[in-house]
Amino acid sequence: MCTVCGCGEGETRIEGHGHSSDHSHSHSHDHAHEHDHSHHHHGEHTHDYGQGPAHAHAPGLSQSRMVQIEQDILGKNNEYANANRGYFAEHGILALNLVSSPGSGKTTLLTRSIDDLKAELSLAVIEGDQQTANDAERIRATGVKALQINTGKGCHLDAHMVGHALDGLKPEEGSVLFIENVGNLVCPAAFDLGEAHKVAILSVTEGEDKPIKYPDMFHAADLMMLNKTDLLPYVNFDVDKCIEYARRVNPGIKVIQLSATSGEGLDSWYQWIKATRQVSLIGHSALAASA
Amino acid sequence: MHEMSLCEGVLQVLEQNARSQGYARVKTVWLEIGGLSGVEPEAMRFSFDVVTRGSLADGAKLEIVALAGEAWCMPCAKTVTVQQRYDACPDCGSYQLQVTAGDEMRIKELEVE
Repeated sequence: MCTVCGCGEGETRIEGHGHSSDHSHSHSHDHAHEHDHSHHHHGEHTHDYGQGPAHAHAPGLSQSRMVQIEQDILGKNNEYANANRGYFAEHGILALNLVSSPGSGKTTLLTRSIDDLKAELSLAVIEGDQQTANDAERIRATGVKALQINTGKGCHLDAHMVGHALDGLKPEEGSVLFIENVGNLVCPAAFDLGEAHKVAILSVTEGEDKPIKYPDMFHAADLMMLNKTDLLPYVNFDVDKCIEYARRVNPGIKVIQLSATSGEGLDSWYQWIKATRQVSLIGHSALAASA
Repeated sequence: MHEMSLCEGVLQVLEQNARSQGYARVKTVWLEIGGLSGVEPEAMRFSFDVVTRGSLADGAKLEIVALAGEAWCMPCAKTVTVQQRYDACPDCGSYQLQVTAGDEMRIKELEVE
């Protein structure tokens, strides 16, 4: 167990993060001060069974009593996410959480984007997969800093893993950080990592009804990228229908159609990144000048 | 199966509160789960039993209070009940809905000793 923050080792492995060693990593996310006391305002008083608990159950002769705690199940994750968000804001980092099903072409899109953008922008990548460091190696081959998180049996990245990864990765001031989540359209929707935007990637080799099959993810995302459009002539995929479905679950979602292979539509994606980065740098006078 | 992680989160909260609230065992946990939260109650029950084994909540009963999904319909300018995120307004059929409630995942209260 990590004595700094109490995190269990479990199955999670973060490159360069040795739990068993000397704990020399500094925790820039200070959880102890992140408590929002409004969550706890019911925590101080307990209901004695003599006064009658809120729920109808027979107290009998047991020592049972009711405790109202009113805490969010994801409260802990959200505290870490807020700490990450603070870190990103302080350093002018634009963090994008890329979510999709496995095989939608996330890593290919990412390596292509990095090759096209690295001359202009400072970039860093956190890769999430259940096993192997293959994806981080693919990213490092482009010359950009990347760190792999293996979630083991876990199906998503959480804010705590990302916080630890930031300690190791140390993205540069004013950089764009891509967090490539575990390929899964269900679980990562619920876990805020502190990112500015979730970006959902859907390829045209999948079903056009995925936005309504997995509504939580497309609801949580701000941008949907329809990837592999070069394959449209060969597959049965109704683009208009897909966009309509996405807008049903999320009327405000933006859509970019692109192909990481042919390069079609990539300009819109880069434009979106740069515009979003400029917005995130408002108030960061020194960094904004370079944007 | 993110219900497993959620249950680990619940157990963490139970353990953290044990000292401040002065209890050694948890007998019942009431959770409020919104209909749009993406949580499957049956998976939650299954994971809860597994995760709490050997802990201070071993054998505890899990009571899930289901909360309805609600959304603000812009054309109707009122709150309507929805079952899914992609539901149309039951009154006017529009998809211009803003979900306002139903994504809760909260530990409401505990029966402890």
